[in-house]
Amino acid sequence: MNKLKVKHRLAKDKLMLWSICLLAAMTAVPLLAILGEVLLRGYDQLSWSFFTESTPTAYKAMKAIAAGEPIPGGIANGIVGTMIMLGMAVVVAVPLGILCGAFLAENSKSRFAQFVSYLTDLLQGTPSVIIGIITYIWVVVPMKGYSAIAGSVALCIMMLPLIIRSTEETLKILPASLKEAGLALGGNKARVMMKVQLPAAFGGIFTGVLLAISRVIGETAPLMFTALGCSLIRFSIDKPISAVPLLIWEFFNDPNLQELIWGASLFLLLFVLTLNLLSKYLAKKWNH
Amino acid sequence: MNDRLYRIILFVAALVVPIVCGGVVYALVTDAHEAFEHFGFLKFLTSSEWSYTEGNEQYGALPFITGTLMTTLMALLFCIPFSLPVALFVGEYFRETKIASVLSTVTDLLAGIPSIIYGLWGFYTLRPIIMELNISPQGSGILTASLVLAIMIVPYAASLSAEFIKMVPNDLKEGAYSLGATRAEVVRKVIFPVAGSGIFSSYVLAIGRALGETMTVTMLIGNTNNIPDSITSTGNSMASIIANQFGEADGLRLSSLIAIGLILFLITALINMIGKIMIKRARIV
Repeated sequence: MNKLKVKHRLAKDKLMLWSICLLAAMTAVPLLAILGEVLLRGYDQLSWSFFTESTPTAYKAMKAIAAGEPIPGGIANGIVGTMIMLGMAVVVAVPLGILCGAFLAENSKSRFAQFVSYLTDLLQGTPSVIIGIITYIWVVVPMKGYSAIAGSVALCIMMLPLIIRSTEETLKILPASLKEAGLALGGNKARVMMKVQLPAAFGGIFTGVLLAISRVIGETAPLMFTALGCSLIRFSIDKPISAVPLLIWEFFNDPNLQELIWGASLFLLLFVLTLNLLSKYLAKKWNH
Repeated sequence: MNDRLYRIILFVAALVVPIVCGGVVYALVTDAHEAFEHFGFLKFLTSSEWSYTEGNEQYGALPFITGTLMTTLMALLFCIPFSLPVALFVGEYFRETKIASVLSTVTDLLAGIPSIIYGLWGFYTLRPIIMELNISPQGSGILTASLVLAIMIVPYAASLSAEFIKMVPNDLKEGAYSLGATRAEVVRKVIFPVAGSGIFSSYVLAIGRALGETMTVTMLIGNTNNIPDSITSTGNSMASIIANQFGEADGLRLSSLIAIGLILFLITALINMIGKIMIKRARIV
């Protein structure tokens, strides 16, 4: 009787182990399925012209399809737009985020800092579509038009909490002796922050910035009501501009351009996942 | 640079966050005001009509609130059977091994995939399967959207739960082992009770993520403005109605969409706040 019970318990234990392994392994299935589908359907679209030419009009695409030719053109307008908006967002969000993160790390006990820290969480949890609405109200309405500036403001608001958090956390785990040694040598707080703490925290902050970029580069919803999209390669920042995820959305909705979806998705996916892996690798390397 | 100037610069930088958050609330409230004034706050929440015939515009948020709640809860349901094993795999069974770090890289990458690509995959791969299985004729709907949403929140729930599972003190587990407990019993009788509140809070935060997910849901939910009457029917979530109609809306309709945005913002903020408070409590224990 007792022996049977023990056997039963051991069998249950084994069952648990195997079901955990099985179910955990199954989470790799969607990743492989998505990667596989995008790779298989997208790889033959990638060519030199795909990255150097801008999106064709629906009419041109229709003519090409009717003639049985591949759709001409590519996603250069999206790549340029993404780079411009991302560049502007990084230039503002990174210094601001680092300063704010430094404030939170230095005054972690003050009421105001705790309040700011709470609001940072709030901002980070805000759905991206709401960031889009807000930027529309703040920037698009006063400027009387969609623009690259509006898009970059949206991206900047989304990056800010991520950079603040990573800066704060990296500064907090630095050994206190580092700061004390700097102060003991006669540096004031600003000097110690600039010459000792921030350089020591560089690795953590840098990987945080990379992660923040990879998070916002694929965002579509906030750009739909701010940057709008444009089929030309544009460098002016006060006019509507395109972005790679916006182009994917456009191709999804336009039956004539559907062939281009997979190439654009493959480019975006590879870019994002490479950034992700790179930041993970750097974090590991710099932590040891 | 002297200390005072330094402190002022940091303070000004930190002020940006409250200003942005205050601005978000202020802008949403002022622009949603027209809709609330026209329909009345409660009536806007409980009305299920959404029609923009000129002269008789009727807007209500109920179908979209229902749509959001249904997709989120179902996504949570589908996510638990996978995220909990992942958390146990990484946090307990294969803790600190190579295979565990491979699995957590896999979930990290899942978290990194842009939502529009999840939407494409759901549309071109999952939707035909659902049509093939005769679950719903058009393929898109609440069920399809929540299945993909579930995959998207697995990484968030799993990585946070794993952290709490790792925090369970070793002597508690060793005590149970020394009394003859099997590993499955240790998980059920020691780890779950001790890490339970932390695991629960990680699911609360996962809900917070799922509530506001926009593109995936927009591409898969079917985009009809009715209250979904079954899990396979089509509908719209709060985020997807905004994504669908914001670009073409003006006047009262625009204000109604912003009002829906305000409601979504408040719900997400509330859920996230509850999750954060629970995490703080769980960490102290």
